[in-house]
Amino acid sequence: MSGLLDRFTTLLGKGAAKGAASSIELKAMIGSGGFSGGVHPKQMKITAGSPIVQSPLPPRLILPLKQHIGQICTPIVEVGERVLRGQKIAKSQGYVSAPVHAPTSGTVLAIEEHAVPHPSGMGRLCIIIEPDGKDEADESLPPITDYRAEDPGVIRERIRLSGIVGLGGAVFPTFIKMLRDHRHPVEMVILNGIECEPYLTCDHRLMLEHSAAIVRGLDIIMHAVEAQRGVIAIEDNKPDAIAAMQQALADIAFEHIEVRVLPTLYPQGSEKQLIQSVTGRQVPAGKLPLHIGVLCQNVGTTRAIHDAVCLGQPLTQRVVTVSGDAVPSPANISVRIGTPIPFVLAQCGLEDLSGVRLIHGGPMMGERLSRLNVPLVKSTNGLLAMRQEALYSENAVEEPCIRCGHCVTVCPVGLVPNELAWHCRNDQFDRGQEYDLFDCIECGCCSYVCPSHIPLVHYFRYAKGQVAKIEKERSFAELSKARSEARDNRLAHEQAERAARRSKVRKQQAGDAAGEEVSGAETSGDGKEDKA
Amino acid sequence: MNILFAVLLLGGLALLAGIVLAIASRVFHIEGDPMMERIDAVLPQTQCGQCGYPGCKPYATAVASGEVDVNKCVPGGERAMLAIADLMGVPPKEVEEEAAPPMLAYIREDECIGCTLCIKACPVDAIIGAPKQYHTVVESHCTGCTLCVEPCPVDCIDMLGKPEVLEEWTWSAPGKSRLVIEDSAEGETHVRAA
Ligand code: SF4
Ligand code: SF4
Ligand code: SF4
Ligand code: SF4
Repeated sequence: MSGLLDRFTTLLGKGAAKGAASSIELKAMIGSGGFSGGVHPKQMKITAGSPIVQSPLPPRLILPLKQHIGQICTPIVEVGERVLRGQKIAKSQGYVSAPVHAPTSGTVLAIEEHAVPHPSGMGRLCIIIEPDGKDEADESLPPITDYRAEDPGVIRERIRLSGIVGLGGAVFPTFIKMLRDHRHPVEMVILNGIECEPYLTCDHRLMLEHSAAIVRGLDIIMHAVEAQRGVIAIEDNKPDAIAAMQQALADIAFEHIEVRVLPTLYPQGSEKQLIQSVTGRQVPAGKLPLHIGVLCQNVGTTRAIHDAVCLGQPLTQRVVTVSGDAVPSPANISVRIGTPIPFVLAQCGLEDLSGVRLIHGGPMMGERLSRLNVPLVKSTNGLLAMRQEALYSENAVEEPCIRCGHCVTVCPVGLVPNELAWHCRNDQFDRGQEYDLFDCIECGCCSYVCPSHIPLVHYFRYAKGQVAKIEKERSFAELSKARSEARDNRLAHEQAERAARRSKVRKQQAGDAAGEEVSGAETSGDGKEDKA
Repeated sequence: MNILFAVLLLGGLALLAGIVLAIASRVFHIEGDPMMERIDAVLPQTQCGQCGYPGCKPYATAVASGEVDVNKCVPGGERAMLAIADLMGVPPKEVEEEAAPPMLAYIREDECIGCTLCIKACPVDAIIGAPKQYHTVVESHCTGCTLCVEPCPVDCIDMLGKPEVLEEWTWSAPGKSRLVIEDSAEGETHVRAA
């Protein structure tokens, strides 16, 4: 089975071999919150108490030219060139894009294709840098200390230039989310401190250790979008983070920001679910949070915004949780973007990667990587290294649906996953779309509770891909059809013209012959004039 | 008397309805063959001629008139066949030939003598060039029909597999993944069937 990790057996304390979950177990798993559905997977936050450590510089940094949603960047450095930390090395091409910066000083070794963290195992163009160890910084972006005095447009431009994208895993360019639209003013900015995925603790640690920067970051965002209210949403399983944020707010005396404690429930960290929990309002399907006046930002992103604005540092580093049963010493590490993942794992004592399965992200929504020799990128919020035996998706055997309805109960979007999966399995994608396939947020709750071990989310990912593929083929077919029709018309036109010319010539020849007969003695010059 | 009245009334109504229908059929007359158009719309438009017709439209026309089976379009495969069978209201029939993986034509430009024969053969105008000049294929327009290969007098056109790019990758169905690529710790790559 490829990629998707739906849940773990032993690790999340739910035996795969055990078959159907008993109803008591299920009740414990199903949650209740601002949104319907949701589950309570076992937390496994073993690194919650480990302070963030700094990873050393690796021998090579591999920077993919696309680490965001949108268009790929173009390199603006050449092989052999010396670069400085924070220097822009690839520029955005197109609007939805985010530039890439050098994470340290060094030399550009190559610009070539290299495998990237993606379930396909495929590669894309990367800039490869050999650090020189001096870590010299490029000072071209001056710190903006009094950001409240700056125009919001200047702040957004700084965020754009700093290559900041959503660090919660979605990697959508942040400046676009912060654009102002006068029809939809932003009333509330929500700082997403939920981190509901099992294992992951990087946001938790950031809130504890960098609370002042995060609170300031939130204030910067509120200034940039001219919002009046700020809410820091944290689940009640992180009391220390709640206290730290409250303390930070009290220290800076920010009264326009409040901390909101929410009951722990997966997938509360998902944007639309979080908004529902905090505001009680639903973001309609196909609409953005902006349309109801809300903006969400992740903790890591907010800290990156603070660093970009107040310190003039572009995004070249991020905090990642390294965990899983194959890791001898799990940790939260601050790593330069582009660091090879085996190098990061080695920091945590995992050197022998044979038989290890690597999950990029959390266990519920992350993707299993088919290649291990890939760099850490902006979207890497977690790295879980698992021994094969612990991987649920590799051990479970799909059984027929018993129509227990558990998946329907837990789906936070209100879909009917069992029906939907049935259509997807039978390649009936039209029917799938009628069942709102594209509203699925791929949270994995349905796969998690299914007693028949049906990889429901995997079916939905498959179907979404197929729909996109069919759509692409259809538009290419339309283009080809138009080109072929244009060619047919042109050929017909050319043929008609040729035929007309031929018949004209023939007529004239006939006319000439007749004319010569009638006016026999006349000069041939007249005949030529006729022809012309 | 009553009977006569009824007959006259019904006859009159029938006449009226007939006139209305006659007018309607003139006013709302549709040029062309809607069935042919609908079939053409589900064909892949590769224009490769593997169906035995010189293009997708001629094949659609032939299917619509019932002169040929619904299963002859090779690149369209099962999906196109099912769609056509559905439109025509006939039972599906297995596609006999398996489609080749998607390809693109590629001209080895330094060998091209600029005879323009490939341009004439390309059904979708995807080749550009001028007499005695190098010719080249516009990748984004090439349907991979292979029709340009035969006419080339110097055999400088290759059909190459369409490169797989990350952006176009999609999840395969559960339990159907084709290959698992693995790196060992040393960075070697092994490929094995799943
Ligand atoms: S159907 Fe989608 S949104 Fe609903 S529970 Fe399953 S994965 Fe989550
Ligand atoms: S797919 Fe849904 S209804 Fe069917 S067995 Fe699994 S959880 Fe129950
Ligand atoms: S085989 Fe299919 S794609 Fe090729 S010309 Fe015939 S209908 Fe078109
Ligand atoms: S047919 Fe061959 S030689 Fe002639 S123009 Fe095309 S590629 Fe060049």
